[in-house]
Amino acid sequence: MRIKCPLCGERDRREFYYQGAAIALNRPAPDAGDEAWNDYIHNRENPAGRTKDLWHHEAGCSAWLVVERNTVTHEIYGVELAEDVKRGSKNAD
Amino acid sequence: MADYIAKTPCDGLLPQTIGSLTLTETAVDRMTSFMPWKGREKTASKALKAACGVAFPGPNETSASGDVQAIWTGRGQCFILGVELPDGLSAEGALTDQSDAWAVMSLRGDAAVDVLARLCPVDLRDAAFKPGDTVRTEMQHMMVSVTRMDDGFQIMVMRSFAKTAVHDLTETMKAIAARA
Repeated sequence: MRIKCPLCGERDRREFYYQGAAIALNRPAPDAGDEAWNDYIHNRENPAGRTKDLWHHEAGCSAWLVVERNTVTHEIYGVELAEDVKRGSKNAD
Repeated sequence: MADYIAKTPCDGLLPQTIGSLTLTETAVDRMTSFMPWKGREKTASKALKAACGVAFPGPNETSASGDVQAIWTGRGQCFILGVELPDGLSAEGALTDQSDAWAVMSLRGDAAVDVLARLCPVDLRDAAFKPGDTVRTEMQHMMVSVTRMDDGFQIMVMRSFAKTAVHDLTETMKAIAARA
């Protein structure tokens, strides 16, 4: 598996560390209520198909990335800097 | 007051010559990391150029002026080698002294690229990696900075990895030399 880092270019999977669903970027407001916070912290989709994850380019540029990929075919649709996703208010889920 | 005896990171380990390959330590008396504050990337690059003659390098790039070298080392970060940076530059970004914290080595020889091909999961051949190009990658499991020089590769690892890095490099040099 190879991931195309927006800064470094296409790199081997060994350079990256997997964090989990990119939902982590959509932090609820402090007063969003127990249900929203329970969802945010504990509940995850387990899709057979498209999913968005957070990856850390640990041995490369140290950037956090949002990788959209397919859990069935392993196809990677796109990679963006998590910073761009967050600041651009793009939907990360 | 006692005088301390400074030892370089690869003291007692290098230089080594194996076949036609040589691995030597590069003495760097000053090394500083520079991370521009958010939103000040352009002014930081100008200030850096005014201070020491090199601009902030883009991803996978280096810039050099005389003995001063700026190596891109990650998102929003570069290392400046060979010069003491003025404190005033901290108005533009975070300056951290890295002198003595990194082992800097040079690998030379026709088969140098074959040695690194066994250790790093990046294409470092001539067509893809030209003099002045740099990558952050891993060498075995060590975070490493590899820069192409005119006559070889400059390899930097954190000082605590010096012995492991020299071991991995020299063992691979032996394997490559044995096949020559």
